[in-house]
Amino acid sequence: MNGDALRDYRRFLARASFVEMAARERARAILDAGSYRELLGPFDRIKSPWLPMQGIVAQADDGVVLARGTLDGHPALVAAIESGYQGGSIGEVSGAKIAGALELALDDCRRGRPIWPVLLLETGGVRLQEANLGLAAIAEIHAAIIALRRLVPVVGVIAGAVGCFGGMSMSAALCSRLIVTRQARLGMNGPEVIEQEAGVAEVDASDRAGIFRLIGGEQRHAAGLADDLLEDDAAAIAVAVRAAFARGSPPLERSAQVGRLAERLASADPQRPPAADSLRRRWNEGAPS
Amino acid sequence: METIELDYPARQPVARRVHVGVVGSGDLEVLLEPSPDLRAHVLITTSVEGYGVVWRHVLDRFFQRFDGAASIEINDFGATPGMVMLRLEQAAEGLRE
Repeated sequence: MNGDALRDYRRFLARASFVEMAARERARAILDAGSYRELLGPFDRIKSPWLPMQGIVAQADDGVVLARGTLDGHPALVAAIESGYQGGSIGEVSGAKIAGALELALDDCRRGRPIWPVLLLETGGVRLQEANLGLAAIAEIHAAIIALRRLVPVVGVIAGAVGCFGGMSMSAALCSRLIVTRQARLGMNGPEVIEQEAGVAEVDASDRAGIFRLIGGEQRHAAGLADDLLEDDAAAIAVAVRAAFARGSPPLERSAQVGRLAERLASADPQRPPAADSLRRRWNEGAPS
Repeated sequence: METIELDYPARQPVARRVHVGVVGSGDLEVLLEPSPDLRAHVLITTSVEGYGVVWRHVLDRFFQRFDGAASIEINDFGATPGMVMLRLEQAAEGLRE
């Protein structure tokens, strides 16, 4: 074994996996040590009123962890979604928690006390059992991100293993800077949903390698839909989040580049869908660095 | 879905709150906090019905060693008895940290 490989595997073993952390640990891992303060925690018991009516046990925090703290001493807000509970789905309460926290951060920013907002996205999207109430909350999250990012960068992280889907994939797309790992997936409909709706000829959800070539973190980064591609390392992700704020807001937010995005869509022929690598080449042409 | 309430004698007050676990497949969430009296109260909400006797056995065994006056809320999503015991002990350990 040569020296590099030896160092690499030692570094690999020494790292703390972010993917394996629960939402609360993730929020702690991002914020400055000792600065973590949770808002509406499990003992506040702000939980879903709708799930028990449908015979489903509700979690005391509805699957969203909100934490105030600091990043390099600067006031910050982290909203972390717990993917182990109902697939990280966004219901009325969990969605309102995120939207409400972002709106309070917006108030602070407007009063000249900027808060750095970080979204740790690990979600299948809207919680189907709460339907329109969840969708309405997701719309509020979108509106809050757009209002906030005029004043301060909004940073999103998709680490995996669930990924980020549905309405919340739009939240990811609205972020000023999006950080992903290779274990991340980002898309509107998940592969199982597409297979169920359009048939196995469209997408084979059991083809793991194929799915990642299509919607995995590496592909999304190469196609210019995510900004940083990182190893699954909590310390590296915490550094990248700080670097994203240090960099400041982009001259033009990715989701505001409507002309460029429309051109991209128009250039793809749905009858002859582009392969993963040709999509990377085509979509990265003229991409801002 | 089923709820089960259990009560146990306790000897010493509990000083803090501890939260562990996730309401995810095969897992559970435990919220442990000081109880208003010098007894322990357990409120279980579980997705699996008909296992009241097994729950009582698991909690009886836990309270053979744990004597804190705690209100314990358990939100369960089909955890095995072993998993339940691990989470309870993790919560008890959190009290000592």
